[in-house]
Amino acid sequence: MKACGKVHKYGDNVDTDVIIPARYLNTANMEELAQHCMEDIDIDFAKNVQKGDIMVAKANFGCGSSREHAPASIKASGISCVIAKSFARIFYRNAINIGLPIIECDEAAEKIEKGDEVEIDFDTGVITNKTKGESYQGQSFPEFLIKIINSNGLLNSLKE
Amino acid sequence: MGMTMTQKILAAHAGLDEVKAGQLIMADLDLVLGNDVTTPVAINEFNKAGFTDIFNKDKITMVMDHFTPNKDIKAAQQCKQCREFASKYDITHYYDVGDVGIEHALLPEKGLVVPGDAVIGADSHTCTYGALGAFSTGVGSTDMCAGMAAGKTWFRVPSAIKFNIVGKLPRYSAAKDVILHIIGMIGVDGALYRSMEFSGEGLKNLTMEDRLCMANMAIEAGAKNGIFAVDEVTKEYLKGRTDREYKVFEADADAEYDEEYTIDLSEIKPTVAFPHLPENARTFDDIPEVKIDQVVIGSCTNGRIEDLRAAAEILKDKKVADHVRCIVIPATQNIYMTAMKEGLLEIFINAGCAVSTPTCGPCLGGHMGILAAGERAVATTNRNFVGRMGHPESEVYLASPYVAAASAVAGKIAQPSDVM
Repeated sequence: MKACGKVHKYGDNVDTDVIIPARYLNTANMEELAQHCMEDIDIDFAKNVQKGDIMVAKANFGCGSSREHAPASIKASGISCVIAKSFARIFYRNAINIGLPIIECDEAAEKIEKGDEVEIDFDTGVITNKTKGESYQGQSFPEFLIKIINSNGLLNSLKE
Repeated sequence: MGMTMTQKILAAHAGLDEVKAGQLIMADLDLVLGNDVTTPVAINEFNKAGFTDIFNKDKITMVMDHFTPNKDIKAAQQCKQCREFASKYDITHYYDVGDVGIEHALLPEKGLVVPGDAVIGADSHTCTYGALGAFSTGVGSTDMCAGMAAGKTWFRVPSAIKFNIVGKLPRYSAAKDVILHIIGMIGVDGALYRSMEFSGEGLKNLTMEDRLCMANMAIEAGAKNGIFAVDEVTKEYLKGRTDREYKVFEADADAEYDEEYTIDLSEIKPTVAFPHLPENARTFDDIPEVKIDQVVIGSCTNGRIEDLRAAAEILKDKKVADHVRCIVIPATQNIYMTAMKEGLLEIFINAGCAVSTPTCGPCLGGHMGILAAGERAVATTNRNFVGRMGHPESEVYLASPYVAAASAVAGKIAQPSDVM
């Protein structure tokens, strides 16, 4: 499985309150929530994001609330993968459970810049920066988690 | 090699003699929790996946606490969806307006969690129940759904950081100051993927409410769970709340910890976490004059009776500053009633505070005290992220009930000694 797209870049400790503010959580409609995704730190994100784009951030991405609306609104906005130095654990779990691909890679999080064209090979964990002509080795997942991701989420994998 | 408290509880729930940090396990669950924001997503997934039954009607709890009493039509629809699901499956511990309280204050009060339990909740502050010596962690709605259907879920066994608690808190220092100090020390990802285990001779000087406050904010250091050794304080708290038998798990003497810290309670000073991260902890020797517009005393972190007593001690016979709106939110109906009987509500109202029915409300910027652009609040809540309590250009300063009440009187960030 591969993902390929243009990068939206953020810093450390991007919390779930800025990914999707609680004031919008009176709905569980993820397409509606995607319209407000990231708006408190990147007002134009929903307008600019294209299907297949990639989000890159630094340490502790998704810290804070357990709201699954956070990874789900990122996924619904069209983002195909989130790369970060590290993920907050509930976000990490939620992303896997709902089938939003995520990958940890220090070097990619440092070197990739906003607007770069990036490709990720989930089988090998290799991240290729087409704009800069560089590649970085990301952490691959244990088999147990790959199965969940490949089934497009926990509930589908439980059924299989 | 020995196991930590958390590892022992997880091993027992996975039917294994031993587990190691990093191991992936399937564990049985004693309780699955959701609220009015996270449960609708879980119900949608439950229906989409085609599940037709829940694993145990007594081991699922739904608490309508976030946007209640319903703040708008959409919030009302979400609660209605939860209510209908709870009714359809005859869920025993469904709590709605009138008997609802903030989930992490309510469940311990009702005796729904006992030492040794494994609990998941679709709310990040589910780690609160570690105060009772349970393994308890926040998850998302899909996990809640799988938990409701199957009564089990997967975990990666965490390693742990040990906090050896010694000494006794000085006057006007609080459990909130201790946990803000710890988060300031290790950072908002200092315990990422790991347990925070609290033990030591100083534990006897921390009440159950102190422990609930500290375990509650383990997530703000990125921890999977916070957990306290079980002692007489725990056993005393459980008396009269539950007749369930429980098993006490102790860490092995040779358990391995990633890091160990000693926390001397006698050195803890009133502390404030500045915007926009809980790790920005400062003591009053390093706090400039910060004028404020609002004070919130409540939440799953600090809305319990001892918190209200602390705030009332400061506010008695005083007035909230003219330019400050002070909102007091008892976390459960029982706390509300106790505060009323003890005359605390009268103290708050005489001081010029608004007193609200239990709700998470302003803590997450839902309702009941939203901030405008440029406004600042001192809150006894747990997060001060950008836009957490309202406008993205507003600011939240996290503090104890003592500091929050003193700040309400002073009209700026203040400690009790400034106003007493």
